[in-house]
Amino acid sequence: MHIDSVLLSRFQFAWVVAFHILLPAFTVGLSCFIATLEFNWWVTKRDVFRRLSAFWLKIFAVSFGMGVVSGIVMPFQFGTNWSRYADKTANVVGSLMGYEVLTAFFLESAFLGVLLFGRKLVPQWAHVMSAMFVAIGTLISSFWILAVNSWMQTPQGYRILPDGRFDVVSFFDVIFSPSFPFRLAHTVTAFLVTTAFVILGVAAMYMRQRRAIEESRVMLKMSLIFLAIMVPLQMVIGDAHGLNTLKHQPAKLAAMEALWETRSRVPANLFSIPDQDEERNHFEISIPVLGSLYLTHDPNGVVRGLKDFPREDRPPVAVVFFAFHIMVGVALLMLATVVTGIVLFARGKLENSPRWLRAATFTMPLGFIAVIAGWTTTEAGRQPWTVYGILRTRDSVTPSLTTGDVALSWLLYMLAYTVIFGAGFILLRRLVRIGPAQATQDHENESLQPKTRAARPLSAVSSGGETSRQSGRVATSDDIVPPRRRN
Amino acid sequence: MLDLVPLWAAILALAVFMYVLLDGFDLGVGMLFLLRRDPEERNLMINSVAPVWDFNETWLVLGGGGLFAVFPLAFAIIVPAVYFPILFMLLGLIFRGVAFEFREVTGARKWLWDRAFAYGSLVATFAQGIVLGMFIQGFPISGRQFAGTSWDWVAPFPLLVGVGLIFGYSLQGATWLVLKTEGELQDWGRRMARYALIGVIAFIVLISVWTPLEDARIAARWFGFPGSIAFAPVPILTALLAWTLWSSLGKGREALPFVCSMGLFFLAFTGLVISLWPYIAPPSVTLWEASASPISHQFFLIGTMFLLPVLMVYVTWSYWVFRGKVRGDIGYHVE
Repeated sequence: MHIDSVLLSRFQFAWVVAFHILLPAFTVGLSCFIATLEFNWWVTKRDVFRRLSAFWLKIFAVSFGMGVVSGIVMPFQFGTNWSRYADKTANVVGSLMGYEVLTAFFLESAFLGVLLFGRKLVPQWAHVMSAMFVAIGTLISSFWILAVNSWMQTPQGYRILPDGRFDVVSFFDVIFSPSFPFRLAHTVTAFLVTTAFVILGVAAMYMRQRRAIEESRVMLKMSLIFLAIMVPLQMVIGDAHGLNTLKHQPAKLAAMEALWETRSRVPANLFSIPDQDEERNHFEISIPVLGSLYLTHDPNGVVRGLKDFPREDRPPVAVVFFAFHIMVGVALLMLATVVTGIVLFARGKLENSPRWLRAATFTMPLGFIAVIAGWTTTEAGRQPWTVYGILRTRDSVTPSLTTGDVALSWLLYMLAYTVIFGAGFILLRRLVRIGPAQATQDHENESLQPKTRAARPLSAVSSGGETSRQSGRVATSDDIVPPRRRN
Repeated sequence: MLDLVPLWAAILALAVFMYVLLDGFDLGVGMLFLLRRDPEERNLMINSVAPVWDFNETWLVLGGGGLFAVFPLAFAIIVPAVYFPILFMLLGLIFRGVAFEFREVTGARKWLWDRAFAYGSLVATFAQGIVLGMFIQGFPISGRQFAGTSWDWVAPFPLLVGVGLIFGYSLQGATWLVLKTEGELQDWGRRMARYALIGVIAFIVLISVWTPLEDARIAARWFGFPGSIAFAPVPILTALLAWTLWSSLGKGREALPFVCSMGLFFLAFTGLVISLWPYIAPPSVTLWEASASPISHQFFLIGTMFLLPVLMVYVTWSYWVFRGKVRGDIGYHVE
């Protein structure tokens, strides 16, 4: 592989967006969960919903703040490293991204303050509304950014100007490009499922430790029932998205299956090591006919192989193949967790199944793995294009950059993100270990102290330290280790 | 078809100006943070900007995203030319953004995040100044792309403007502290404001002399006819405002210094527009040449005309909520 400014710019973009995507993957779902909790509390008056909302709000505040700062980096990447892409596509995607700022970022930040700190200041209906507006803001943000991404995958509604730039013929066609409905549904569902598995995992951990029982019971029930619907639904949506890819991006689909020859009765390729140069797979393990069945819904269905496409138009097969198979594998693990969980739940044995609770605790990162793998599948599968079939990645990069320039900038991004995301992860883990009871206590203290009120993302976290210091109790490391950690 | 370029230039100028004014004072407070050691006073300084800094920074995203959407050729030329300054700015903003929160957390290394806050602010400010300096200096262009190297910013003029902006934001930050604090910290803010003002005036003079000497076009605009008469109010008002700011600090006024500082920024911004109009990527690319196509301008404008006023109402309201002095014991005055 030839190392140049194009390759390093791709690595850098992958690095900054991979870290960034982890946060919307969590906060889109979490804002919806919090809005649901607030709504439930408003309607049912059960205090457990208020305690849960207070607990998750702290975690939401940290995650959202990290999402904001890592998100500021993203639009500038288009200029710093992909200036030729920016010049050519701005007519099409520029205003969509502008609308994301105007409709989503401001809406989120506007109501986040009220959501985090306004519980005692505004009527309850206004607080519930604020929670809903934050959730709606994150969904609107997903709408615009996935519209941009989908247009890059399946472009339409444009014409090419004489100088090679894109111009818009129909903004409706640009926004609602063929892959957009499927991508939007698949991604937003993935974000919701990711969050639900975190909630499930946290609840299972507490339940196993026999603490915050009432909270854990509610969380287990809500997340498990939600997942029992959404995980199978996500598989159906994913299947539909696959059919869409088969139609519009056949080379990507061939890479997902590492299929070299065009044929019918395609086997399902379970494992292999694709060899891009020799145009074949090593160590292939496959099941006959199954591939055609799930790719085309017809055992005799024909699927185009990679050899149908010129070498220079093929995506990196191994990356796409493994990313796709990791995503599918994770989906099957998710399904197994949910099915066994629902069976135990129906028999009323869920809370007394330490093995299942233990397994469920380990499902916490599954959604994130699936999101990253799925994102890798679709983005690496789009290669070697930035705008599919029209604008090549190597024709998109900033011409003035040298290999050394990008190597240096990528190195600095790696160092900075390792520090920031490492610290953020430690902080979030600490908040989970402190748990809902502690969090609730803090939150009540906080609302009595105007000092800690501040309308901005991460500051809800600060009250933990402040309160314990002011009440004369020194927080030690023991505080963050749950009692009876090992039963 | 109606030419939307001037209107879009005005909207974008507003976004950039709002950013410079607003993030200017909280970056300024971040840099002044370096010079103040007392933990209580440091908490006050951070609390004075904590509720508003992320709104302030959203204007940067609007400015950057807006340039991409509306004048894409300028975006594609300018941003690569300031590749490393933009990188340093983003990293600075990231470290100082999370530091607001991380320093408060139980068991966090507060000294470390305090440094991240102060040095992040300093690096981001210096980098933004370099971007401004590069913008005034102009960009070598070939075809539709930047034709220089990623290291063109290592030159006397951009680095000088970088230092100038450190004084500029410090003035904003110091006068903000005068507005928001009391007692010893306020007195210290007044002293810092005077030091910063001396620096700002020195750099305004330096840049006002340097740019016409370097650039005949700028010289002709300011010293030719009718420019020398039409634009004469800018330097005169600048001198008047600087004098008012200096004396208001001596008289113990609290709000006037901050207003004067914002006025100085407005005049400097106006001077910049006068010097460079109609170029968006000096010395050769005009707003019209850099413009996105009319249909894209229209599509983006329809929503913006509705959304931007709503945003302005909200931002004004959020500042209103957190009005008054910041105090260590009870925090912000809220009804």
